[in-house]
Amino acid sequence: MTANAPTTTALYDIPGPKARARHRLYGVGASLVIVALLGWLVYLLVDTGQFEAAKWAPFQYKGIQELLLRGLGNTLKAFAIAAVLSLVLGCLLAVGRLSEHRVLRWVSTLVVEFFRAMPVLVMIFFVFVALEVQPLPALVAGLTLYNGSVLAEVFRSGVNSVDRGQREAAYALGMRKTQVMTYVLAPQAARAMLPSIISQLVVALKDTSLGFLITYEEFLHAGKLIASNLDYDLPFIPVVMVISPIYIGMCMLLSWFAGWVARRQRRNPKTEAIDVAPAGPGPLLPGEAPPTADRP
Amino acid sequence: MNVLTDNFSVYGEGFLGTVELTFFASLLALALGFVMASFRVAPVGSLRVIGTVWVTVLRNTPLTLLFFAVLLGLPRFGLVLPFNVFAVLALGCYTSAFICEALRSGINTVPRGQGEAARSLGMTFSQTLSNVVLPQAFRTVIPPIGSTLIALAKNSAIAGAFSVTELLGTYKTLGELGYDVIWTFVWIAVGYLIITLAISAVFNVLERKWGVPR
Repeated sequence: MTANAPTTTALYDIPGPKARARHRLYGVGASLVIVALLGWLVYLLVDTGQFEAAKWAPFQYKGIQELLLRGLGNTLKAFAIAAVLSLVLGCLLAVGRLSEHRVLRWVSTLVVEFFRAMPVLVMIFFVFVALEVQPLPALVAGLTLYNGSVLAEVFRSGVNSVDRGQREAAYALGMRKTQVMTYVLAPQAARAMLPSIISQLVVALKDTSLGFLITYEEFLHAGKLIASNLDYDLPFIPVVMVISPIYIGMCMLLSWFAGWVARRQRRNPKTEAIDVAPAGPGPLLPGEAPPTADRP
Repeated sequence: MNVLTDNFSVYGEGFLGTVELTFFASLLALALGFVMASFRVAPVGSLRVIGTVWVTVLRNTPLTLLFFAVLLGLPRFGLVLPFNVFAVLALGCYTSAFICEALRSGINTVPRGQGEAARSLGMTFSQTLSNVVLPQAFRTVIPPIGSTLIALAKNSAIAGAFSVTELLGTYKTLGELGYDVIWTFVWIAVGYLIITLAISAVFNVLERKWGVPR
């Protein structure tokens, strides 16, 4: 497993004293280049007057802070609804794809493959423009269809990668196929696929920002309102500097959680019969190998 | 049905716009992703830090926010370029983080013994890399890179909302001309299906030719 051997790769040996000195030299050089780049960036920001008091003043006003918080709340609301609905849709589609009935299987395969191949934004715009609904339901519908389809593939590959003996043993005990699924396969698959599922939710969280494009009043929309205000001297860069750390921080937190769950589940004795997936979003290539753990 | 035949040039222009955007952004993403992946596996600490920060930040940035910052933010610094160049820049940088991770995990699947054997045969670093490690890594990274490039093609739709000519943006033109919205979207969907299925077909061929399950 790659996680256990981070320092040694096939690329080079453990360095000796001369190589270490050379690497240190390269390191100092690279650091200097980076510091120079950062310095240039700061100079550019100061030079174009991005740190002027007038541009940062709006963030002191209560109304502006409330606007931003309301935007953040709307983002989280859309994310929460979309996450729950796409988990439900993912379960339904996965059950359909694993069904013994051919028609059901074909229909769910068609749905999953179609929505995985389609940009989320096309679905959101279709619901918003063609079906003429409000921005929030349009955003949630688009996110649900897309993430539900990707999650269905994740669930299905999870169930399929449970060790074959588990299913056979369950059938040998006289369980029905629904019992085998709900008592034996699904719990193990859910444990192993939890990192993948959370990573896919990170994708959903990131994609809530698409609501900005259909005038849903989310975080980015609030930022745009402030940024295009002439009274505050168009504080565009300050707005980006305030918004992006919050957005990126939220996504990072969720990604880190996915990684933590992956490390934890790998140690869990209940995942002995299945490989725990690494934390990463679901596959998009039709027929791509399921996202199971890296083999040594 | 006649939405397509009446407006073939509009659709064609949008389709070509999406293909162009995808192509150039893919080139940028592959190049930048390769550089960042080599940073991330380098023995030099500060390069590893740069690679890690690049990947962690960009993977967790909503693409809309990146577009917002690049297309509307960079002009504030006096950098004025055509919108589609900005779009290629944003898409390419965003996707390079995912390409980097795919390449890095590909390099990490090559067993250590392969490199040790190559070095004990007296191969230099560049020989080890080009004759032993990279050919093996290449075979394992085909599916994840295909997946990433499909995601790139789909993400290019966001550029349309920032006034770059591409496929999704055609709905506005056709809507103003008074065509049926549903059929407009059906043909847009077909266009995207053609692009994503073409990419996945190419990568399936590559996978069948060179892919090795590891």
